[in-house]
Amino acid sequence: MLKKMARIAALAAVTALAGAGLQDAAQAFPDKPVNYIIPFNAGGESDISARLQQPYFKTVTGQDLIVQYQPGAGGAQAWSVLNDQPGDGTTIMGTNLPHIVLQPLLQNPGYATDDLTNVYMFHFTPDALIVRADSKFKSVQDVIDAAKEQPGALTAGGSATNSANHIANQRFANLTGAQLTYIPYTGTGATIPALLGGEVEMLWAYTTVAAGQGDKVRMLAVAQDERHPLFPDVPTFKELGIDMVGGAYRGIAVPKSTPEEVRKELSAIIGKINADPAFINQMEQAGFAMLNVPYEGMDAFMAERKAYYEGIAKELGSAK
Amino acid sequence: MAVDIGFILSQALSPFNLLLAVAGVVLGTVIGALPGLSATMAIAVLVPFTFAMEPASGLIMLGAIYTGAIYGGAYAAILVNTPGTPSAIATTFDGYPMAKRGDGDLAITLATLASVFGGLVGAVLLIAFAPLLADIALAFQSSEYFWLAILGLTLIASLSSGNVLKGLIGGAFGLTLSMIGVAVIGGDLRFTFGVPALLGGIDIVAALIGLYCIPVLIDMVARPDRHLEPSPLQRGFRIFEALGICAANLFNLVRSSLIGTLVGILPGAGGSIASLVSYSEARRASRHPERFGTGEAGGVLATESANNATVGGGFIPTLVLGIPGTPPDAVILGALLVQGIRTGPELFSQQSGIVYVFMAGLVIATLLMLPLGLVIGRYAYRFIANTPKAMLVPAVAFMTVVGSFAIHSNPHDVAVMVAIGIFGWLIGLAGYGPSPIVLGLVLGQIAEQGFMRAYMIGGARGNFSGQLLLDRPISLGIFALILITLCVPLVKRLRAGRAAAGGKGGEARP
Repeated sequence: MLKKMARIAALAAVTALAGAGLQDAAQAFPDKPVNYIIPFNAGGESDISARLQQPYFKTVTGQDLIVQYQPGAGGAQAWSVLNDQPGDGTTIMGTNLPHIVLQPLLQNPGYATDDLTNVYMFHFTPDALIVRADSKFKSVQDVIDAAKEQPGALTAGGSATNSANHIANQRFANLTGAQLTYIPYTGTGATIPALLGGEVEMLWAYTTVAAGQGDKVRMLAVAQDERHPLFPDVPTFKELGIDMVGGAYRGIAVPKSTPEEVRKELSAIIGKINADPAFINQMEQAGFAMLNVPYEGMDAFMAERKAYYEGIAKELGSAK
Repeated sequence: MAVDIGFILSQALSPFNLLLAVAGVVLGTVIGALPGLSATMAIAVLVPFTFAMEPASGLIMLGAIYTGAIYGGAYAAILVNTPGTPSAIATTFDGYPMAKRGDGDLAITLATLASVFGGLVGAVLLIAFAPLLADIALAFQSSEYFWLAILGLTLIASLSSGNVLKGLIGGAFGLTLSMIGVAVIGGDLRFTFGVPALLGGIDIVAALIGLYCIPVLIDMVARPDRHLEPSPLQRGFRIFEALGICAANLFNLVRSSLIGTLVGILPGAGGSIASLVSYSEARRASRHPERFGTGEAGGVLATESANNATVGGGFIPTLVLGIPGTPPDAVILGALLVQGIRTGPELFSQQSGIVYVFMAGLVIATLLMLPLGLVIGRYAYRFIANTPKAMLVPAVAFMTVVGSFAIHSNPHDVAVMVAIGIFGWLIGLAGYGPSPIVLGLVLGQIAEQGFMRAYMIGGARGNFSGQLLLDRPISLGIFALILITLCVPLVKRLRAGRAAAGGKGGEARP
């Protein structure tokens, strides 16, 4: 315990020194460590990306980024109290799409989508259709053919109901006419043994899953505009004539009371981190796809995504 | 295995790494002993510090905290009847009655020995057979989890011997509690009554603290007698007595450690199920099953060896498959990823240096638990037994609030903890115990989701009964265990009745 405290003290001292040096050059913000609240459990993809951002935030601003966790109700517990936090820029919170659109649409999670002030969307994990390495399905067309022969007989696992994976499954069915039975699991981690153990034929998952499982799985297609640098041989859905681009998006939001300048400042900081080649390399190696939606472009981006999810959500509702 | 053992040991035993292991075990034990503060939380807080260290040192520290925290959960279970972590639920069954009658020091020494034994079995299996055993994680699918949860629920019958009906009512209530919130399958809102705070459901740890701790606190205030019988002065660690009990329970220890490792490998199970199943098996195999629940040393040995064995077991799928076996493993996996270490079979061949240093570190941390645990345990027991109630009650009450707040940094969980605790005390007066409720709450989600997935997949393939049971040998095996657990006591009673009747009949004949 003492050791830990000593280390914290040392860290604080170093921070103070580094901060003092940099502050003159940089803007007044941030002049204190920034609390970064992750509305999910430690160890998930939101946590991992925050951990990767942490050191770069320090280099860019001279201040510490302190990652905290407030999991519960798929993120809703943290998002519903975001606007009660101090709006001086020292509290920022991770936000995830489609969660923050779908939750208020389908339940009453204690917040509305527009209550959250997003300042930057920094990456997404593109939807991907993944099978075991020894699967008989070699291409998306194989899956479509098999599914059309016996509608609903093939099972596709994914994380939770009304999630990005669930939406991908619905969108895929709408565009191709291939009916797969969607099987929800508690999080992406739980889907992997289901696929490898043969409980489901395929997964709606993300590039990150394929990156983590290596040659034990085969990714049939990825929902990006261009191929993912880590998987140059995997086609995009678009190339196959299926108009699917999307996945789970991550960004940060601030309490509503945060002043306009601070929002812009934060947006610029995250943008700088996102432009660092070393950071980009780390993220892409882990399977993430970079995305740059700064504060100025947020309204247009959110409007586009909301329209997209609302259309699909109605079908999920009617599909039940 | 072309690994340089000398190099690994010199790495793992470097003074700095040893110091980290000692610090990790002590810190972990203290955190584990405080209800609400979990291993996952401790590891998550310390992950950033490990980034500044060598990867191996960081991993050794995280592993030491983890194993210490699982062990520390036993302290609160034995001394205050509150599991410090969910893994220690079953330790309360016999640990607290032992402490109550003045054998708290013995119970803690037993828990220490069992934890070291279980931890070593898990770690050795991890080192020797990890790639082989990892496939078990894949053999267990939805239907197996369903039956495993049902097996856990059968424990209600044995826990509430004497009043099975009340046990069943409690279990059903626990199952109902487990349904609150957004359903993972289907996304329906259940029993939330329009309150957003209930969307996330009832947190298991908050319910644990409330159901076990609040009634103890109220009783401490309401009753004039001492909380625990104090130990006679200068009794020592009672280590030889404890070793004797361990020797007599050697088979129990081995069986429980193997169950613990096995359940630890299953990503959907965890320490609470491991200790519950091994407790149930120990009780069944015992020649005196009726002593379980009244302070039987074998019960403490079974649960504590099993939950520490899950540490090594949980690392098997984490390191081999990249699938975290337990929640703390998920955090450690994230830390590995940030360090640039890729898990998977290659980890054992290409980056084996780090992995084996880490595993050696885990063994060392487990061994360190023996001296450290005995010393800490002795003082913890003296402290709890000798502190006047007027000081103990507010201190423990304060910790329950801090602990339940710390789960999600959310006051909502504190409210749930207090409400459920007062409710638990009230129904306790009517003879309903907390354990059936907790079993229902812990196992309800696992059972429901396992069944629903088997139902959906079976429906898609047009073969529901095969998917759920008939085509699945492991499910059939667990199903057989459930039948044995439920039927053997009935058969025994029937036989006893018949023997009595037969005896009478014989006498009646001339």
